[in-house]
Amino acid sequence: MNWITSYVRPKINSMFGGGREVPENLWIKCPETGEMVFHKDLEENLYVIPASGHHMKISAKDRFHHFFDDGAYEALPQPQVPQDPLKFRDTKRYTDRLRDYRTKTGQEDTILSGVGTVHGVKLVACVHEFAFAGGSLGMAAGEAIVKAFERAIKEKCPLVMFPASGGARMQEGILSLMQMPRTTVMVEMLKEAGLPYIVVMTNPTTGGVSASYAMLGDVHLAEPGAEIGFAGKRVIEQTIREQLPEGFQTAEYLLDHGMIDMVVKRHDIPETIARLSKLLMRKPADYGERTKTKTAEPVKKDMPEKPAEAANGAKKAKIEEVKQPAKATAPGATKEAAAKTPPAKAQPAKTPTS
Amino acid sequence: MYTYLDFEKPISDLEAKIHELKTLATDDRGVDTADEVQRLETRVNEAMADIYAKLTPWQKTQVARHSSRPHFSDYARSLFEEFTPLAGDRTYAEDAAIQAGLARFRGQPVAIIGQEKGNDTKSRIEHNFGSARPEGYRKAIRVMELADRFSLPLVTLIDTAGAYPGIGAERRGQAEAIARSTETCLNLRVPIVSVVIGEGGSGGAIAIATGNRVYMLEHSIYSVISPEGAASILWRDSGRAKDAATNMKITAEDLKQLGIIDGIVREPVGGAHRNPEAVIETTGATIASALKDLAKSDGDTLRRQRREKFLEMGRKI
Repeated sequence: MNWITSYVRPKINSMFGGGREVPENLWIKCPETGEMVFHKDLEENLYVIPASGHHMKISAKDRFHHFFDDGAYEALPQPQVPQDPLKFRDTKRYTDRLRDYRTKTGQEDTILSGVGTVHGVKLVACVHEFAFAGGSLGMAAGEAIVKAFERAIKEKCPLVMFPASGGARMQEGILSLMQMPRTTVMVEMLKEAGLPYIVVMTNPTTGGVSASYAMLGDVHLAEPGAEIGFAGKRVIEQTIREQLPEGFQTAEYLLDHGMIDMVVKRHDIPETIARLSKLLMRKPADYGERTKTKTAEPVKKDMPEKPAEAANGAKKAKIEEVKQPAKATAPGATKEAAAKTPPAKAQPAKTPTS
Repeated sequence: MYTYLDFEKPISDLEAKIHELKTLATDDRGVDTADEVQRLETRVNEAMADIYAKLTPWQKTQVARHSSRPHFSDYARSLFEEFTPLAGDRTYAEDAAIQAGLARFRGQPVAIIGQEKGNDTKSRIEHNFGSARPEGYRKAIRVMELADRFSLPLVTLIDTAGAYPGIGAERRGQAEAIARSTETCLNLRVPIVSVVIGEGGSGGAIAIATGNRVYMLEHSIYSVISPEGAASILWRDSGRAKDAATNMKITAEDLKQLGIIDGIVREPVGGAHRNPEAVIETTGATIASALKDLAKSDGDTLRRQRREKFLEMGRKI
């Protein structure tokens, strides 16, 4: 199939001026199985390879579009912060890099924050755009996160964080390191306000991001196969001078070692978050439901996140046991809600905010 | 024998000559070298003052890592009385890279936490060169909580190249341990004074460095990643560490200017390693005055002020 990609790509690019809406390739290769998938099929399946279940990276905007009810949310403004405070230059000027990332992603910096409802539950969410400097945490990202937490506290609603980051933004030096305590303070403020903080670790969640707000959630979810850890693989290999074990630093590895609560397929994340939020905030199970979501394949049961489902189920049972008296309908309700929920949409329409 | 750094060549040359003259004087009592020795010693002091007054960020990195630089144990011994180290995270293991325990500071009971790098091969291995594993941070959390429960002020001394990157450390949740340690530190209702005494290496440092007051020794460094690490990522060449050190702004002067630290603890001419007693004494005076100042505030105020201090960082540059 390679001839298609190499033949079609330049033509497509020239037709649309290489804009970012145009897929890089019409056919995308599954990194696990090598299977070629048509880009539209991939897009419709939320960038999860249908056959293998491999989760590809998804842009911040596409993620929000799928996450919020009807793809509608209010985007929070990017707070103004000092640009290039260190006047940093490596092989390129940092200001030039910033300009390039802005052109490429259409975002001011890596964090996109929004307020909206998910299955009727109002919440604030933050997502890292990985294409912007590898999702790295700098002053702009830190401040955007601070503002998002402030908004969640004001709205008295949960905050959901989707990290996708290699760690700190080196070009901002110590100021990027200081985003670790800054964001941590906000996590504490949210917790003190009695509001849930749910983290959904996506590929990758490493470095200073995992060593601060990503690992401080009340509940930790992760997408299948996501790389999660503190030190980079290369650094570890150089330090210990041996090969790393198979599956090291994957979401499943972290689940096995007690660092996360469940591995959840991308399609199931909104429902899981809504359910957790309702349980934690003692809201009725039928608080709201997802409306007018579009169709996609129902969740396959033979996906690789089996242990996650087991853990998920066990957890659910446990919580429901405790919560029993709250509402008689509670135990059945999650299943019911899931059944009612038409799986995720197919046609990514423009979000009202973009 | 003394370890000279590469930029200390003029000093080592002069000191070698002095040594030679002194030996000559002892061997042959007829020769009077006293005048010459005195003249050379003045020149050494001048050269030292001159060199140390304008150290580059990379040279400071070398001084901060000098093997004879006073480490946590030296401070624990000289600055505190009754230091009683506590061990273990109560979950998995003891990690000697982080030392933590109870002590008296000028008579007042306090808790102290810091990384220890070790000073010879055996102790360096024992302390894992000051690079802690999750157990170290979980022990730190334990001692922080103990300080909070018994209203003991906390002093943290930071000296690490970074948290340890290893399979076991990752498996046992290095990221979570660091995050939790930072969180606990930010939450305490007791005064916290932090001093970077050598290297403040990234997340492994910040985990115990969110004090109400944060100081750095004059020739210590504090950075998001080691200059070598930054060079290998940004330039794909760890040989560019000098450039990375310069560009990243890692010196005490730089951090003071950026509003990250509250003050700089002056080192003796020629660096802390040339006169450990002096630098430990000056550090002690700085800690004492900070603690005295912080003692005026109640626990909730201390915590609120600490949070505000970090939230404000970088907003006014």
